[in-house]
Amino acid sequence: MPKDSHRHPRPGFVLEVDRSTPPILFHHGEGFRLEKLPAGRSRVIYPGEPLDGLANPDAAIRDALENPLGDSEPLSALLRPDMKLTIAFDDISLPLPPMRRPDIRQRVIEAVLDAAAAAGLDDVHLIAALALHRRMTEDELRHAVGDRVYDAFAPSGNLYNLDAEDPDQMVVVGETDQGEVVQINRRAAESDLVVYVNLNLVAMDGGWKSTATGLSGYPALRHHHNPATMLRSRSFMDRPRSELHHSNWRQGRVLRDAGIRIFQIETTVNNNTFGYDGPLAMLQKREWEWTGRDRALFMAMQAGLGRMSKRARRQVFAQWRAPYELTSVQAGEVEAVHEQTTENVMRQQLVPVEGQTDVLTMGLPYICPYNVNSIMNPVLVACLGLGYFFNLYRGRPLVREGGVLIMSHPTPWDFHPVHHPSYIDFFEQVLAETTDPVEMSQKYEQQFAEDEWYRHLYRTSYAYHGVHPFYMWYWCAHALDHLGAVIVVGGDARAVRRMGFRPATTFQDALEMASDVVGSRPSVTHFHNPPLLMAEVRCASRRGPCAVALARSPAPSAARPSGSGPRRSCAGPSSRCARPASPQPSSRRRRPVARAPTSTPTGPGGRRAGWRARRSSRR
Amino acid sequence: MITEALAGTRIAITGSTGFLGTALVERLLRGIPDCELVLLVRPGRRGADRRVERDVLRNDAFDRLRESLGRDGFADMVGRRIHPVGADIGVDGLGLDEPGRALLATCQVVIHSAAAVSFDEPLDRAAEVNLMGPVRLVRTLHELGSSPHLVAVSTCYVAGSRKGDAPEVALARSPFYVPLDWRTEVEAARRTRAYVEDDSRRVARLAELQEAARAELGAAGTPALAAKTEQLRERWVKEQMVEAGRTRAASVGFPDAYAFTKAMAELAVDEIRADIPLSIVRPSIIESAWAEPRPGWIRGFRMAEPIIINYGRGTLREFPGIPEGIIDVIPVDLVASAIVAVAAQQPGPEARIVQVATGGCNPVAISTLTDLIHDFFGHHPIYDERNQPISPARWTYPGRGRVVTQLSRAKRTLQTAERAIHALPVRGRPALFAADLEERRDEVEKAMGYVTLYGNYVECEAIYGVDQLLALWEGLPAEDQEAFAFDPRVIDWRTYVYDIHLPSVLAQGRVKTAPSPGPTTSRAARLRSQVLAPERHMAAFDLENTLIASNVVASWGYLATRRLPRADRVRLIGRTLLQVPGLLALDRRDRSDFLRSFYRRYEDAPVDQIDEDSLDMFSDLILSKSFPAAVRRVREHRKAGHRTVLITGALDFVVEPLRPLFDDIVAAELAVERGAYTGELTQVPPTGETRAAALRAYAAAEGLELAQSVAYADSTSDLPMLEAVGFPVAVNPEAKLASLARKRGWLIETFDRAPGAPRQLLPVGSVRR
Repeated sequence: MPKDSHRHPRPGFVLEVDRSTPPILFHHGEGFRLEKLPAGRSRVIYPGEPLDGLANPDAAIRDALENPLGDSEPLSALLRPDMKLTIAFDDISLPLPPMRRPDIRQRVIEAVLDAAAAAGLDDVHLIAALALHRRMTEDELRHAVGDRVYDAFAPSGNLYNLDAEDPDQMVVVGETDQGEVVQINRRAAESDLVVYVNLNLVAMDGGWKSTATGLSGYPALRHHHNPATMLRSRSFMDRPRSELHHSNWRQGRVLRDAGIRIFQIETTVNNNTFGYDGPLAMLQKREWEWTGRDRALFMAMQAGLGRMSKRARRQVFAQWRAPYELTSVQAGEVEAVHEQTTENVMRQQLVPVEGQTDVLTMGLPYICPYNVNSIMNPVLVACLGLGYFFNLYRGRPLVREGGVLIMSHPTPWDFHPVHHPSYIDFFEQVLAETTDPVEMSQKYEQQFAEDEWYRHLYRTSYAYHGVHPFYMWYWCAHALDHLGAVIVVGGDARAVRRMGFRPATTFQDALEMASDVVGSRPSVTHFHNPPLLMAEVRCASRRGPCAVALARSPAPSAARPSGSGPRRSCAGPSSRCARPASPQPSSRRRRPVARAPTSTPTGPGGRRAGWRARRSSRR
Repeated sequence: MITEALAGTRIAITGSTGFLGTALVERLLRGIPDCELVLLVRPGRRGADRRVERDVLRNDAFDRLRESLGRDGFADMVGRRIHPVGADIGVDGLGLDEPGRALLATCQVVIHSAAAVSFDEPLDRAAEVNLMGPVRLVRTLHELGSSPHLVAVSTCYVAGSRKGDAPEVALARSPFYVPLDWRTEVEAARRTRAYVEDDSRRVARLAELQEAARAELGAAGTPALAAKTEQLRERWVKEQMVEAGRTRAASVGFPDAYAFTKAMAELAVDEIRADIPLSIVRPSIIESAWAEPRPGWIRGFRMAEPIIINYGRGTLREFPGIPEGIIDVIPVDLVASAIVAVAAQQPGPEARIVQVATGGCNPVAISTLTDLIHDFFGHHPIYDERNQPISPARWTYPGRGRVVTQLSRAKRTLQTAERAIHALPVRGRPALFAADLEERRDEVEKAMGYVTLYGNYVECEAIYGVDQLLALWEGLPAEDQEAFAFDPRVIDWRTYVYDIHLPSVLAQGRVKTAPSPGPTTSRAARLRSQVLAPERHMAAFDLENTLIASNVVASWGYLATRRLPRADRVRLIGRTLLQVPGLLALDRRDRSDFLRSFYRRYEDAPVDQIDEDSLDMFSDLILSKSFPAAVRRVREHRKAGHRTVLITGALDFVVEPLRPLFDDIVAAELAVERGAYTGELTQVPPTGETRAAALRAYAAAEGLELAQSVAYADSTSDLPMLEAVGFPVAVNPEAKLASLARKRGWLIETFDRAPGAPRQLLPVGSVRR
């Protein structure tokens, strides 16, 4: 169904499942499942529909460059002919899936380069801010920056991937007041101006994390990419309550104080991940609104995928380019820019949810930040579910403490030998011995991080850094600490068990298994993601955000004792906040109610007023 | 009476290192006070004294004596009463030195029990040992001018393959006697050896053997093939000689060369002995002891043991034999006592002949015996490697023909399957399946061997008379009967088989008679920990199919097509594909010839371009096709402090990106002229024997021991390298190497590509813009 340009995009909402609710879509790697959720005690959180894209993105970009936020002069005023300019940009991990050409980075970089050309600059370097990610291939760089930029800069060696393991390329600029080493690319440190081109797909992206993480290496990253930090980031998608971000912010301010001038450009995209029409359009529609064509297409797609080999399916999905549209662009001083950007991300993604759940279910798609043009190996599956999706909350986790997470993904015992060599060894050696993030960090992290062979592969081939799989597992630390059990539906049982999770053949089996942990007739919440959504979880007992949960912690919370602080975000015991797992009388079947309209906490006021969610009564 | 007759005498014994000989020495030492024993043993490298010490006195048969006398008392007694003398019955004059001759001349009794007892002895060896041995002994005694009482140990089976009674009479007086001249037979046996040796060196035969060696080893290089060919030739000669023995024996009515040569020996000794008094003791099939020195004592593997163990393991499902037929088995201590008793008798002018057998007085039917064995293994099963008890089959005696047909059919089927797999270019797990098949075929062949060897014995329907033996027994006073029991009638077969013999055989065969406690570490795990032990010095790796699933053709294809327009790429690859069969054939014949000719294709390739593209090939081809477990293994070796070396026939620029993985890389190099490769190698590429030589040179230069080194390779062309080190590892072996590695007990690793790794149908380079 083509986008109805006369209709306002509907915000995300929560559907209460009753007997008439159709089976719900679960992403399942390079495939999908339709699962019937238990009526009367389940709900589905849907993302908001795609916001309208900016009508003229290039004009908006130019406008942002000339009207910077915070304490910053316009870009044109910062440029001088004799200066060194470094443009750093986000790597292949953003956006997901990769977007259709022209990539937003290309638009922004071209605008910046135009300004530089107008100012008569010629010492310009473009750096893919990889940190410890794999190097981007020529094709990937061309896709990100466009052929024109690539051909102008790459042959002369002025467009390149960051090499965080090249001692000549990296420089330590200082330490934070908490002893965190601050490291950055030497060219960036020695430039008169660093322009960072961001693509903020989720709330964790951008801000000081761009430079302090993207342009640095292991010596700096290890201060916040560790289990202790991740356990104190609740969630790492919510900057004010994310120790990960606090640490980055401290490092960023050291960069600023060291005199490194950064002009930050952040952009946001809408939720148009699968297109308004086209073969995947139904993936961003609500199931009861699927048209006959959607259903036919879906069935055909399922049948087709079922006949394909794993490899072929991967290839088919890898070709998908998301038709994302630019929804905002901010430029100027890092922190001011980031505040505004985060608000714009939330405007698209935030969905208010009443209370926690006993069982959280999610379908994991075929892609995560680290397997673009690659293979989603089991470690990445864990990271996507327990790291990224689990943390897509503000306030309190969607699932109560001790609750169960059910993820659906084939979780094949497959690895990309070029991109993920250290993952293979991590999976075969480290995970075979322990799944405890703390234990593995003490015992193995350094060994993998300083391994000559991994270093060689990271620098000369296209491998993620040796330490990267550890980071993936640390990303799960909060969820592992919080959850009572993790069940993977339809996964390779051996791989699932290796990670300490429980394999289930069917969704119904998984629900049965979950009831062993959380009691019979648990409440179930399905996280209908992607397109992306972020849950704003409030106490069920009260209207409005859970008072304690949303109390913003004072900025950089250095004083918080590690690991103990945010465990109870709600004033009472979690059972008071969570909906009880007790059986509900069947007579109390409720009609699905859209909860979003009146209480949407973000977004331009009044824009959604008067909108009511309607539910098709068919089916 | 026995004790008195032999007390203080000096007795010479041949064959004391054998089963019966050891029992005899023990019996005499313990039973006859103060007799002295002159043990004629082949001195070997260590000398007769050491040999007697190691091969006779250390045996557990003497534990009883050692216990009663104490360690010092035993040593003292041995020092006084045992005189080892170096002697070889295969040599005229027995190779005795002067003191030995003097000692032999003083003996009152000579017991000759040396023999080549195996049933598959080559004809000439059987004749030399079994027939000429006693002849030489008698001649030596003549030379010495002494005429002691000669007690010759023969066998009941000299009666030949006959049915019915076989009494204790001289062969010449036997009604079935075929008159033969033993001298002619010896000459003929020696000539047969010469004929067969000549035959084995004929052009056609050698070509055939060479072909067989190549089929087994593949392109393993000239020295390895030469060694194999010679080994095969020797094996062929032996087989021919064994067959000659069996056929000659059968042609004159004997079950095998052993019985035949023993029979000839009886005739010969009786003919030439002149005034030397002679007694002949003919035991039947000697098995473990009934009571002395302890029940169940046995030495080495006897005739029935392999059959029993293989039956218990379930590998011998059927066997020939006549169920109601008599199997004549006699415990070793009864034989030893009977020999002592015979030696103590006053010899007459006629040779005394005594048969020590059970068939005549205490017969046991084959079916009774096998029922007992079946019952035994039902209660005391052997366990397989998974700790499951093996349930033995019950033999149905379908007759020899049926058994042989079944076995031949099984063998043929397995052979065909095996040949089919060998013809396919398989490696890794399917190749190991071929090795499994080969093991099964070996088992079938072994079973077949047992059937041919022992079939005659289990189908023998002769009843060996023991009248003389019983007469001797009845004539003994009670104290002798107690001290030297040899009455076969005392044997209770159930007790003997169930409680004495089988437990002893199982202990001797070191079979798993109980499930192993706790989780067992597999053999592979044990070998793996040996390979990775810190004491190792070096680990050498092959590249292709050991570290990566790729080859020189693929890397050439990648580099050559990288900068070609699309149409040309297709054409080039198409052309190369057409050449593949030829290339494969050349590779199979000689690896370095293949490399030399193939590398010509790099002629005029610019060095800069190749270097640049090699880096991309590292990611696109080498890493995508690498075996992560293999790479991990290299790193484990480095971590353990071993030197890691890559030795490959691939070109240096191809493997250059792998340098951080290894301490050193030995690779082929192309000559360069004006910034381009000439296509000529600068040195012989390190493959096959050159690879072993390169490894040797490297180890020598670096002061590393090859015996403490590990080598990983995938094909038989790497055999020289694998054989050069102490710890060879076959990685994803092709069928030939798989079966070799299995046989030699090498560690076999199956390294796979990363599951899910991208696959490329054709070896073309990723497009370069």
